[in-house]
Amino acid sequence: MKRYLFVLRKPPHSGAQVQEMLDIILTTAAFDQHVSILLMDDGVFQLKNGQKPELSGMKDTAAVFKALEIYDVNDIYTEVESLQERGLKPGDLCLPVQEFYRKDIAGLMKRFDVVFAG
Amino acid sequence: MKFAIQVNTSPYQSNAGFTAYQFINAALAAGHEVFRVFFYQDGIYHAFKYATPPDDELQFTAQWSKLAKRHQIDLVVCISAAQRRGLLCLDEAKRQGKLDDDLAEGFRISGLGQLVEATLEADRFIVFG
Repeated sequence: MKRYLFVLRKPPHSGAQVQEMLDIILTTAAFDQHVSILLMDDGVFQLKNGQKPELSGMKDTAAVFKALEIYDVNDIYTEVESLQERGLKPGDLCLPVQEFYRKDIAGLMKRFDVVFAG
Repeated sequence: MKFAIQVNTSPYQSNAGFTAYQFINAALAAGHEVFRVFFYQDGIYHAFKYATPPDDELQFTAQWSKLAKRHQIDLVVCISAAQRRGLLCLDEAKRQGKLDDDLAEGFRISGLGQLVEATLEADRFIVFG
């Protein structure tokens, strides 16, 4: 078993990108690997409450994040500065997250075998 | 060292695919092993058999095919990403009642499990694009 950290930095509904990254995350979890997610930069918008993806013809990817618990993906990290720069608070997100300061992100990444850029 | 590579961008959207190609050649020349190259998202556009760029441009797909033949490298195209974008191998096209045969030589179509397996087997996994 390996420990995977998926680092998501793109906003939701940027084409099929998010949907296809979630497919990798779900497949990795289905292989019984240890899966965690780090949301950075515009990636923090992935979990924002009140998205209306159907208006853009996109899938509700935030709902997929909520289903990750079933696959034992419980650790979702965000970067404090990414949230602050975008005027977001953890309460604006649809799932509980663990916050890390930018200076501690490298240390967080060291805890994983595979850091998966997405 | 054993590498697994993922390519996410199309040949004309970004040079990340060609960078991956150059990285693989350099890694092989240095005596490393490339376990698998997985083409995902718009990276699947590298595998289109009928891509016909002008003669004075780089022939991306042909370069990959040659690389696969020369070094027996496993080039895997994600089936769901490929079908979403209209790349169908002969078998899959038949199954869907379509007439395509789009997959270039040296590539094969498979699922995301092959990507996860590659990340498990490799010492290093690198995403391009």
